[in-house]
Order: sequence, then C-alpha cells, then structure tokens
Amino acid sequence: MKRRSAGLNAVSVAAMLFLYGPILVLVLYSFNAAHLSMTWRGATLKWYGALLQDEALLAATWNSLLIALVSTVGATALGGLLALGMEQMPHRRQQILEGGLVLPLVIPEVMMGVALMLLFVMLRMPLGLTTVILGHIAFNIPLVTIMIRTRLRKLDPMLREAAADLGADAWQVFRYVTLPLLRPAIWGAVLVAFTVSLDDFLVTFFTAGPGATTLPLKVYSMIKSGVTPEINALSALLLVVSMIGVAGSLYLQRREV
Amino acid sequence: MPSEESSRASAAAQASCRPFWLALPGLLWMTLFFLVPLLLVLAISFASRGTYGGILWEFTWANYLDLLHPLYGKILGQSLWYATLTTAICFVVGFPLAYVIARSPARWQPLWLLLVMLPFWTNFLVRTYAWMIILRQDGLANHLLLALGLISEPLELLYTPAAVVIGLVYGYLPFMVLPLYVAVERLDPALVEAAWDLYASRWAVWTRVVVPLTMPGIVGGCILVFIPSIGSFITPDLLGGARSMMIGNLIQHEYLVVRDWPLGSAVSFVLMAIVMAAVVLYYRQAGGADGSSEGR
Repeated sequence: MKRRSAGLNAVSVAAMLFLYGPILVLVLYSFNAAHLSMTWRGATLKWYGALLQDEALLAATWNSLLIALVSTVGATALGGLLALGMEQMPHRRQQILEGGLVLPLVIPEVMMGVALMLLFVMLRMPLGLTTVILGHIAFNIPLVTIMIRTRLRKLDPMLREAAADLGADAWQVFRYVTLPLLRPAIWGAVLVAFTVSLDDFLVTFFTAGPGATTLPLKVYSMIKSGVTPEINALSALLLVVSMIGVAGSLYLQRREV
Repeated sequence: MPSEESSRASAAAQASCRPFWLALPGLLWMTLFFLVPLLLVLAISFASRGTYGGILWEFTWANYLDLLHPLYGKILGQSLWYATLTTAICFVVGFPLAYVIARSPARWQPLWLLLVMLPFWTNFLVRTYAWMIILRQDGLANHLLLALGLISEPLELLYTPAAVVIGLVYGYLPFMVLPLYVAVERLDPALVEAAWDLYASRWAVWTRVVVPLTMPGIVGGCILVFIPSIGSFITPDLLGGARSMMIGNLIQHEYLVVRDWPLGSAVSFVLMAIVMAAVVLYYRQAGGADGSSEGR
C-alpha cells in the first residue's frame, strides 16, 4: 500500500490518543497528592487507602455485586430457555420474537428506566434492591438470548440427530450434546450480563430506592458533589479492573477456540 | 409397529408444545417488565396531571401539543443537532482509523480492534468523568493551553455544548469504527489500485470508489452512533450546562424534578419515535444490501 497517505496514519494515531489519553490522565491523577488541583504534588496512595475505609462505598460495592450475581443467574436461565424454545418454533415466529428482543437493546436507557419506575410505583412496590434486580434481569434477557441463539444456529443439527438415533431421549440429547456444545456461549453470556449489570447506571438510577445504592450510583453522586479526590482513585480502579476483566475473558475465549 | 408409531406421534406432539413452555418464562418476564411498562408510558402520555401530582385518566393530546412550546422545541432541536454533529465527527475520525486497521497486517488487526473496543467496556460514568478533569476551569486542557501561551486566561470549556459533543464522540466512536472496518475489509484493494492506475485524483479515489463501495458500513456506523447519542443522559448531565440539555435530561427532569409524568411520558415517546425511525432505516439498509448481493 505505497499510496496510503500519511494523513490517514496521522488521524489514526490521533484517534488512538483520543481514546486512551483521558484514561491515562485519570489514572495518573489518581496518584496525585494535591487536593483537587491539576498541579502535580508528588505521588501518593492515600486516596486508594481512603477508599478502603469508606463504608458507604463498600456497601455500594456489595449491593452491585449482589444485584449483578442474582440478575445474571436469572437472566441466563430465562434467556437461555427462551433461546432453546425459540429455536424449535416456526421460522416466522422466530423472526417476530427476534425483532421484539432487539427493542430493549435500542430504546434509550432513560426510557426503560422511567417505564420501570412507573410500573413499580403503580404496583405500589417499594423501590429497592428487588426492583433493581427485576429491571436488570429484563435488560439482560435479550442479551443472553441473542448470544446463545447465535451459537445454537452454528451447531451442526446432525450431532443432535445422531444422538437421538442412538437412542438418547430429548433430555439426554440436551444434557450430553447440546449443553456441552453451548457451554462457551453460556459463559460468554454470563460475563456480558454480569458486566452490563455491574456498569448499569440509568435503569438502576430510576428503580433504586434508598438503601439500594450501587457502585455506579455512588460514583455518580461523588462526581456530582465532587469534593474528594477519592473519586479519582475509585474511577481509576474501576477502569483498570474492567479492562483487565475484558482482556482476560477475550484471552480465555481465544484459548477455547 | 403401531406402538412405535404412536410413541413417535406423542413425541412429536410433545416437541410441538415444548418450545412454548421453554420460551414462556422469558417471554412473560419481558412482557411484564418491558412491554407493559412501555405501554404504561404510552397511556400516561395521553393522560393529564392531577392537582396533587397524581394522574387523571382522561384522554388528551395536550402533552404532545405542549411539546410545541419553543422551550421544548429548543431542547429537541439541540439534541438532534448534537447527535448529528457527533455522528459526523465520529465518521471523520473513525473512517481513517477503520481504513488503516483494515489495511494493516492481518495478524495485528484483532489487537487494533481490541484496543478500539476496550474503552467501551469500561464504565461510562468514569469515562465521562475523565473529561471533566480535563475540561474544567483548572483542568488539564486549560493548563496546557496556558503553558503553550495560546490563551492568556482559562477558557470556559466544561458545561458547554462542545464538551457534550466531545463526550459523545468519545463514548460512541467504537460503534463507528467496527462497521466501517468490516466494510473496508471487504473492499477489494485492486479496485482502489485500478482507480489510481487510471489517474484518478486522490479526491476521486475516495469519493467515487472507496466511499460508494463502503456505503453499507458508513450508513450502519452512522446509525449506530446516532441512536445512543440522541438518547444520551449521562454525557449532557455531567459535561453540559443548563443550556445544553438533551431529550434524556428533559425526561429525567420532568419525571423526578417537576413530577409532570404525563409530559415526561410524551417526551419519552417522541424520543422513542426518533430512535425507531433510525432503527427502521438501519434494517432497511441492511436488508437492501443483502438483496443486492443475492441478485448478483
């Protein structure tokens, strides 16, 4: 590609700097000893230390993990069964359901948040951990179903037919053929659902009541009040943890192939 | 063998009702916690507000007519403008990046794509907060500009429309790069070479060969950036000021601050209509591309 212009390369380099610059700045400044100033006053770990002593923060982390865990298990079970059921339906019905499942993924999150809040208020359900989990399962089901369906469609139907021909009943075909073949997709769906739930701000924002503060809600209120540099440390920590998590899961997936 | 025959028939009957029972719990959940709430919002958007903040169930178009008020019109208009500008900037930045990645050695491509996607998998609030550190009054950008002598006193960068658009571009650039990468990857380099060999100018190579042949990716990428941009809440909430509100902020404001649920619901449905129009465009374009390749 001798004719590739230097301009293209320059824009690409600039774009990568644009993507990673802010992340680097944030991580760097989380070690800054200065209190709320961009002037560098030497490196310190004290803001990280302060995080560990912030009990409200630890409670929010615990809430987030609990919500993510329960909603991931729920969404994986319901979404997985939905994917299996859809696969055996007539083609036309599958298409309609698939279109319906895309809807929750494209409508603005604000809208899903207010809609769920309205439902819970009308049902006179007190907002709290339960309502958050109900909502998280709802936005995770489509993700799980779509991911598992993608894998189901790639499976060779001959494998299942062979098992049936050799005398396996429907349950045995599922348990010893389909399920093992689906395992990578299921774990992939679990990871995605867990991450999405852990990161969710808007649906949680509208459906969480007092006492159900999650990590993103806590981050939001810390950013809004903006008085301690602890938020820099927390942000840097969250960035690095999720980057390592994603890189790790991609590495595992590649090894499995 | 009648016994085997009948057991097959019952197995078939079982198989035909099984998909329904497997799908039922998930479908019920989505109906109860997605479809019903949406319909509730739709219903309330045609109701009116009671004196004590409750809802009066009398059919009215008033909430939609209220949206014609210049104040709401302005928020609607600037949301469309920010989202469009974001899409355009993402295209200008994303296309060269996608092109360079697609034409780099094959073994490096997955790594480059991973690097483009990686920030997307981190928390959106945190990524937006990074820009607050950079753009605020005593932030990095002002420090740099002052040090370089380009400005004599700090600029007002945060809480401006520009900050909102920067934040949106930052958040959604990966959505532009991925479909463009796929499109450029499929583009036969020989066609570009042929254009050069026939003495096309650089401009002509781009506008008459590269862009038309990668059009499905361009349209796809633009719609994938536009949809989350128009519906964004966090970015304008954190980076924008009171004057750079977007539709998402208006919805939150009407619901949680003013507590005018019927009006908030009407705004929600206008937003949903815009998003659905973009989605329909996306599928029509994707369907059209399939049709043309089948025709060949």
